[in-house]
Amino acid sequence: MPEKHLLLRHRDIPDIHELEVYRKHGGFEAFRKAVTQMTPDEVTEEVKKSGLRGRGGAGFPTGLKWSFMDKKNWPHYVVANADESEPGTFKDREIMERNPFQFLEGVAIAAYAVQANRAYIYLRGEFWQVAAWLDRKIAEMEAAGLLGDNLFGTDYSLRIYTHLGAGAYICGEETALLESLEGKRGQPRIRPPFPPSYGLYGKPTVVNNVETLTNVPLIIERGGDWYRTIGTEKSTGPKVFSLSGHVNRPGNYELPLGTTFRELIFEHGGGIPGGRAIKAILPAGASSAILPATDEVLDTPMDYESVPKVGSFLGSASVIVVDETVDIVWLVKKTLHFFHHESCGKCTPCREGTYWMDHLIQTIAEGRATPQDLEILYDVAKQIQGKTLCALGDFATMAVVSGMERFREDFEAKVREAVMAGG
Amino acid sequence: MSQQVTLTIDGKQVTVPAGWTVVDAARVANVHIPVFCYHPKLEPVGMCRMCLVEVGLPERDRATGEIVRNEDGSPKIRFFPKLQTACTTYVQEGMVIRTTTEQVARARKDILEFLLTSHPLDCPICDKGGECPLQNLTMAYGPGTSRFPYEYKLHLEKRVPLGDLIILDRERCIICGRCVRFQAEIAEDPVLSLDGRGRATYIITTSDPPFDSYWSGNTTDICPVGALTTTDFRFDARPWEMHQAASLCNLCPVGCNIMFDIRREPELGGRFAVQRVMPRQNEYVNEIWICDKGRFAAYHFAQYGERLTQPLVRENGKLRPASWREALERVAQAFREAGSGLVTLASGRLSNEDLFNLARLTDHLGGRKVLDTFLAGGEWTDKVGLGRESDLAALGEGDAILVMASDLEEEAPIFWLRVKEAAQRGATLVVANPRPTKIERHAKHVLRYVYGEEGKVWEALLAGASEAAQALARAENLVIFYGQEGLDLATSDAVARAAARLLLTTGHAGKPNSGLVAVWPRNNDQGAWDMGFRPVADLADTLRQVKALYVVAADPAGDDPHLAAALEGADFLVVQDLFLTETAQRADVVLPAQAYIERGGTYTNALRRVQRFFPAVPPPEGPQPDFAIVAALARLLDLNLEGRSTAKGFEALAAQVPAYQGLTYKDLARVEEQFPLVSREVLDYTGTAYPNGQGLGVVLPNAVERGETVAPPEAPEFPVRAFQGLLAVPITRLYDRGTLVAWSDTLAPRLPEEAWVWVAPETARDLGLQDDATARLEIGDLAYTVRVRVNPAVPGGVVLVPRSVGVVLFTPVAVHLKAVVPAS
Ligand SMILES: Cc1cc2nc3c(=O)[nH]c(=O)nc-3n(C[C@H](O)[C@H](O)[C@H](O)COP(=O)(O)O)c2cc1C
Ligand code: SF4
Ligand code: SF4
Ligand code: SF4
Ligand code: FES
Repeated sequence: MPEKHLLLRHRDIPDIHELEVYRKHGGFEAFRKAVTQMTPDEVTEEVKKSGLRGRGGAGFPTGLKWSFMDKKNWPHYVVANADESEPGTFKDREIMERNPFQFLEGVAIAAYAVQANRAYIYLRGEFWQVAAWLDRKIAEMEAAGLLGDNLFGTDYSLRIYTHLGAGAYICGEETALLESLEGKRGQPRIRPPFPPSYGLYGKPTVVNNVETLTNVPLIIERGGDWYRTIGTEKSTGPKVFSLSGHVNRPGNYELPLGTTFRELIFEHGGGIPGGRAIKAILPAGASSAILPATDEVLDTPMDYESVPKVGSFLGSASVIVVDETVDIVWLVKKTLHFFHHESCGKCTPCREGTYWMDHLIQTIAEGRATPQDLEILYDVAKQIQGKTLCALGDFATMAVVSGMERFREDFEAKVREAVMAGG
Repeated sequence: MSQQVTLTIDGKQVTVPAGWTVVDAARVANVHIPVFCYHPKLEPVGMCRMCLVEVGLPERDRATGEIVRNEDGSPKIRFFPKLQTACTTYVQEGMVIRTTTEQVARARKDILEFLLTSHPLDCPICDKGGECPLQNLTMAYGPGTSRFPYEYKLHLEKRVPLGDLIILDRERCIICGRCVRFQAEIAEDPVLSLDGRGRATYIITTSDPPFDSYWSGNTTDICPVGALTTTDFRFDARPWEMHQAASLCNLCPVGCNIMFDIRREPELGGRFAVQRVMPRQNEYVNEIWICDKGRFAAYHFAQYGERLTQPLVRENGKLRPASWREALERVAQAFREAGSGLVTLASGRLSNEDLFNLARLTDHLGGRKVLDTFLAGGEWTDKVGLGRESDLAALGEGDAILVMASDLEEEAPIFWLRVKEAAQRGATLVVANPRPTKIERHAKHVLRYVYGEEGKVWEALLAGASEAAQALARAENLVIFYGQEGLDLATSDAVARAAARLLLTTGHAGKPNSGLVAVWPRNNDQGAWDMGFRPVADLADTLRQVKALYVVAADPAGDDPHLAAALEGADFLVVQDLFLTETAQRADVVLPAQAYIERGGTYTNALRRVQRFFPAVPPPEGPQPDFAIVAALARLLDLNLEGRSTAKGFEALAAQVPAYQGLTYKDLARVEEQFPLVSREVLDYTGTAYPNGQGLGVVLPNAVERGETVAPPEAPEFPVRAFQGLLAVPITRLYDRGTLVAWSDTLAPRLPEEAWVWVAPETARDLGLQDDATARLEIGDLAYTVRVRVNPAVPGGVVLVPRSVGVVLFTPVAVHLKAVVPAS
């Protein structure tokens, strides 16, 4: 039987969260192979060869990131980004809860590749149960000699720690995450320098998403060339798509990168409830530019190159489906409320701009706006773009700008309401 | 010399040191890039986004690494797709910056529009109005109007005291983080923080007591809006109503360069009065900072103290007003009769010109020049002090600094700052002190000793065996600071000798950027030593035997009841002061002097930099400047002294005092372009430190540089004290109850209200004392009620007694400390 899952393996193998079961299915052999048979650079090379790209949102090549680690500055750290705070994203949680060892093995291999002796898993505060669970799994690894000193009889040693954040969206951004991990306010740092040259406590640090790291054992076990056979040429490998919104079967779906929206939504997700028509798609959670659900869009492969071609981003692949009953003004209002709430306040355009946009969209949604208010909302969003310190500021404008450009009629209807009400 | 980088900004080529930001490089190219969060003294954070510019770099061929060239041979420039913050962009060779494009202009408008959406725009009642970077930059780059409706405006608290000295207006804060970074990076008191997030981000203080730092006032300078104000200046005056007078802080031996802002003051009957103290840039001294003591107490004593307004003479046992003529004639006659029986007791609060005249007059009569101080060693700072052209900013990698017996931040805050900055640049810092102090955070070597055993430290350092001793000996430059921690005259003299010996035997003496610095108790103690004043071992004994005693700017009776008693022995007592001090009340003649803010002169700071101060406000009717009083007196005693102006006085002094040879006021007035360029003439830095147009001062040559032979002194004998029981040791705290600071209402809540002492927890236990207990401290025949503060950083077996906080202690002595049982 061909394996159905490479990342969500618990769906095929019961009890894979038990160390014995995981090991029976080849678990930690990749880590052993890396430590005992490969040099750190060879591990990095293999990951480079695989074409693996970051699953946290930006799609940055993982092997390349590891190769940027400053080898003149020690110690090195690895940090797993388990903040998973993009609305509509719930894949990392499933991986950590159900297939924890594959993720932890990925952390360990990444640590070996960059010669880090300490790795941290940064989880959003709401994941306290997941953290406790991972602590148990880490303890089991230690007891089994898979973490600690002199691993596999070599002089390599590694320890993994979990750390809970206090629950802020921005702490998923890697430099804010590092600040928070250091015990400071979770606010992004100016980049460059990037974490591989200036990371945790100012030391070279690799920050990778949970899902990204969960791919790594497969790559070391079976080789980068094998990995490339999955997915598309530039977007290789499997991806867990978090599907939510107006679909009959929401949930996580592990599919090769390059699967179309149509296949995800209609085959796997079972289509739209009540036979209603699909109106729009947010491919990357609340940070998405909203796509109208045209045939062209539905037939677009979900990979890092194709989604931008139709005017959005794949991001963390949290696909939110919106049906015809939804007013896009309402949707944009929801995203703006979120970003106003989550703006960390460090930089001017995002801090002031999200506040302003949130007020404007409320005025619009309440049917009190003038045509000029629409113009101002659009301008303010444009005015934020490209000027903020981190990407959150830009994220905050995505739904507004795309919504107003692509669903203009919904906005104009609101202004008409206002005009009518005003007599 | 650091590496230089050439780049092009708006078509102009500039060459600046590597490591500079584009914002600073642009200043040199005379291109203005507006900033809010950036400050060249602080780490860049890129928060406000005001400084967005287009940044291009020469394109390199991926394969060869060669620079790609256009057809005309010029390097091909590739611009970043997004605008970049110039404050976080460091200069690179061949970089091209564009600040005049439509895109950049648009971005500035956009950012300003955003900033103003949350700003109250209450400029007409804002203290920063008129010197506000936000106003300036809005005028220069902002949109003319706002599209933000008033109904969306967020209203926040307008009066949030961050502490006793600083008040925050939350609405005005633009969240640039400068104040937070200043406290963390410069002051190293990270007591401010941002709290909350998004638009609901506020500045808060995290310390108890709130905003607990000696540096808090500086945040109000660098705050680019009127969000932070001092309780001293808040709602007092508008910037454009004031005129300026350059001066020096006179509260410690740093001699910070300051500017008095002056206006007529209705509360003082329309007199011209100082409204506030601002730092004046002098990168050799205080950079652009001053401590809170200087800011909030440098002039109050003169302006608000109960000043003497006319000469007084004693008649039938009582002081009565007299004319200057009568008073001076009485004094002249007494001095003539006393002849060599005259003792002049002066303090280092006086200017060089005053002290020079006093010295000449005293010499003329064959009298004795006595300096009122507890710290010795001034001959040695003259011989092997910091050399000419010395600059603490030049100390770094390869250099070493020894700080001995000094709680540097408490004794001379700016020296603490300069020393820690040198350590941060890589200088090896050795700290020798019986207890930990703030400067120790940066120490490479800590030499802990027992109070009274300073000699042991020096024995080891002079033997040269220890790691610390070798680090000092090997250093390219070596600076030694010694201070006031537990030292008295005899011990400080020995410390100075030992330090001089080390400097001379290791070949450091006489080099610029090497030498000895005494952290003097008074601002011009160095000048007083230079003019020939010397402390005496037993002042009481000396006073008891004088025929005529001339006390100038000193108050022995107020300082110590034993001296008050000793004064009874003086046949004739003349006091020249601002106030009717304890000593003045016992005088035969009292001569009213002008305060330093009412006249000019020079002070020599502990780095031996001679600096000038200027008259700031018209003197009150009556008092005269000290040098002129002395000259008038001298005339009656057939001696011709310069009494017309301090310029003339300084000329006379420079003709006679070797270290000052040939110096003129013109030399002191020398200025130069000082980096960073944070002058108020730049829109972004209005309301901050004043530029220095009046003179940076001159470092005196030491004796070695003057060509005198200076032989290393013998390794000194340190006084040995045999005592039993508890030892009381005097230390210095910045906030005391000294006569000068006592008149500041502003600083009052930060000053100690009552006498207190520090003891270690185990000592407190042994004595049966709790923290905060009231106790009786018995020193010889005197007893005090003191508050006991238990402090784990204090060594056992000693009671640390702050100077000038109610307990008289000039030398370590055995004492008793007993619990006071409260009467029930
Ligand atoms: C506002 C913001 C929020 C983010 N949140 C997350 C997150 O919750 N989880 C995550 O893995 N990456 C998140 N990222 C991306 C991280 O900054 C970073 O790119 C990622 O952790 C790198 O890992 P990867 O290369 O494996 O994707 C966020 C980025 C931004 C700008
Ligand atoms: S863009 Fe928003 S979240 Fe990012 S640093 Fe600026 S204020 Fe903070
Ligand atoms: S109080 Fe002033 S210096 Fe501090 S963050 Fe606000 S605007 Fe900046
Ligand atoms: S450091 Fe000294 S000179 Fe400077 S302001 Fe403070 S007390 Fe005055
Ligand atoms: S971001 Fe550069 S000055 Fe604030």
